[in-house]
Amino acid sequence: MLEIRDLHAAVDGTPILKGISLTVNAGEVHAVMGPNGSGKSTLAQVLAGHPAYEITGGEILYHGENLAEMDAEVRAQQGVFLAFQYPVEIPGVSNAYFLRAAYNAKRKAKGLDEVDPMEFLDLVEEQLKLVDMDPAMLHRSVNAGFSGGEKKRNEILQMAVLTPTLAILDETDSGLDIDALRIVANGVNALKRPDNAAIVVTHYQRLLNYIVPDYVHVLAGGRIVKSGGKELALELEARGYDWLLEAVA
Amino acid sequence: MSATIDQLVNREYQYGFSTDIEAETLPPGLSEETVRFISAKKQEPEWLLEWRLKAYRRWLTMKEPHWPNVTYEPIDYQASSYYSAPKSIKGVGSLDEVDPKLLETYAKLGISLNEQKRMNGVAVDAVFDSVSVGTSFREELAKEGIIFCSFGEAVREHGDLVRQYLGTVIPYSDNFFAALNSAVFSDGSFCYIPKGVKCPMELSTYFRINQATTGQFERTLIVADEGSYVSYLEGCTAPKRDTNQLHAAVVEIIALDSATVKYSTVQNWYAGDENGLGGIYNFVTKRGKAMKNAKISWTQVETGSAITWKYPSVILQGDNSVGEFYSVAVASKMQQADTGTKMIHIGRNTKSNIVSKGISAMKGQNSYRGKVHILPKAEGARNYTQCDSMLVGNECGAHTFPYIEVQNNSAILEHEASTSKIGEDQIFYLKQRGLDAEQAVSMIVSGFCKEVFKELPMEFALEAQQLLGITLEGSVG
Repeated sequence: MLEIRDLHAAVDGTPILKGISLTVNAGEVHAVMGPNGSGKSTLAQVLAGHPAYEITGGEILYHGENLAEMDAEVRAQQGVFLAFQYPVEIPGVSNAYFLRAAYNAKRKAKGLDEVDPMEFLDLVEEQLKLVDMDPAMLHRSVNAGFSGGEKKRNEILQMAVLTPTLAILDETDSGLDIDALRIVANGVNALKRPDNAAIVVTHYQRLLNYIVPDYVHVLAGGRIVKSGGKELALELEARGYDWLLEAVA
Repeated sequence: MSATIDQLVNREYQYGFSTDIEAETLPPGLSEETVRFISAKKQEPEWLLEWRLKAYRRWLTMKEPHWPNVTYEPIDYQASSYYSAPKSIKGVGSLDEVDPKLLETYAKLGISLNEQKRMNGVAVDAVFDSVSVGTSFREELAKEGIIFCSFGEAVREHGDLVRQYLGTVIPYSDNFFAALNSAVFSDGSFCYIPKGVKCPMELSTYFRINQATTGQFERTLIVADEGSYVSYLEGCTAPKRDTNQLHAAVVEIIALDSATVKYSTVQNWYAGDENGLGGIYNFVTKRGKAMKNAKISWTQVETGSAITWKYPSVILQGDNSVGEFYSVAVASKMQQADTGTKMIHIGRNTKSNIVSKGISAMKGQNSYRGKVHILPKAEGARNYTQCDSMLVGNECGAHTFPYIEVQNNSAILEHEASTSKIGEDQIFYLKQRGLDAEQAVSMIVSGFCKEVFKELPMEFALEAQQLLGITLEGSVG
């Protein structure tokens, strides 16, 4: 589904990613871990198409197509979803309206009819249960005045509604208490299907107690320094990152 | 990214065409003769000519105001023509004999004057340059005793009413542009709602400037008798031309005891190009007087004009009267807008509510200027003011000039202000959810303007949506 080959990327001329190669197949969950400043979030932003990040080398193939050449909205319409580390507030725009616009944008791109507000409300109510969200949240402005946990749950709600093929979760666990973490993780697990995949970017192992990855990759200095199975995450929890960093130094 | 935003706010002006129609146009210039010519042309009674002449003489002694936060080349008042009318208009008020070319013009503007194709029950008075083309739904309104016609016709048919109220809210000596308007106003709309009548449809005036060097000086007078209700809409467009054109209108509203008047404007005069060439100079005086328990509500969406100078205001004369001002002002390209309101609290327990949303883009400069004045007898007066600015890009400006004068200690006033910027992060967030840049900016802007748009009548909300390229929120949410 996703094939990253020797990817280099920079922001404001400063190189951040220095040769990343990673293959993600349908049905897989990949965890990307690493210390602060290792390039984890940059990788997530580059995959989603943030304009501030410049690809300086390598390539990204998504279903065999060159992802780097697609606009951010086209990637989204084709099933790439980024759950933001810092979800943005859009004052005056209700969550329900925003969700429906996003849902319809995707349908339109597929040549399907747009759904009307009533139909959509039925659809979204099902998904609300998944993230244990009060329906009243639909009528509040997008993320405006939401607590940290509410914002993250809102991201998962969007993911549930948009049913992405490739979901990228950027430090979704940061700032969450244990209950919120469980709700978010349950949501992600419930959305897992044989034909989709997820990349879970996280600093800590604890999220991986709830979302069990098939593969774990450790990023340091813009490169993947070690890959392994889920047991690698446990090892990192026990030993920290230093031994890996020393090994590559 | 900012290039995308610029493209979006720099869209081609849709209404920039002109109509090739044979017109009777006065040569440029302004003198007592001009005033007499206009008055004679309109077969006005002596009292109105006298009033115009007094206004003209007063105007000669006045100076153009330069306190607004706008800059422009000096206006040569002798270079404008003060009267232009399509030859085919006979001034009968009925739409049956209107030149098809004019109907076509309005159709192109999206205004149907054909009563069969009624615009969801909106009665329209169409003003083309200096004269009214015609007014729809007159008979239907007349059944309720409502008078809705061109100003010229009102002077002829309902002279006493006009004389009773003309200049009672905005005297000819009020300000430089009001004095000029009082001297040379050519047409406009008049509306009278009898006691206790709720006007069954929206009334609207659609102003179109067509001739190249003509100024437009229309006057609207709305009288809502005791306990009546009317919702009034105003729309404006003009062809795209390289020269600046002057528009100095006056709108007077009288809301007698327990009457409610809602006045909505979507102003879309030609704004000039991105280098500041051309565009309308819009100097408008709008004011209403609210008597006991009456309510006057101004809603405006200002997207056009090179220069906007406009402060729709309410004199809260009667006890318990209410004044409202909801405004979205957009200044893009090289546009300069200095707009806001005045709420003058005279009666006891008077309330006013001000919500102003300014959007500045490209090299636009947007100023909010508002005054809240609580007079000594206004026991228990209340005002709430909210003033928000949004900046799009790095070359525009937002300015706020609030004035507050309180002469009664029981008054409660609140003022909130904010400035925000459409960020790359907001746009990226929406794009990541599948919306394109245009939809993203529209959504952010419409969210910002929501409190004002919800005040607009449905027909106008749709026009405002078209104008700003904005998607209004649906009924759900």
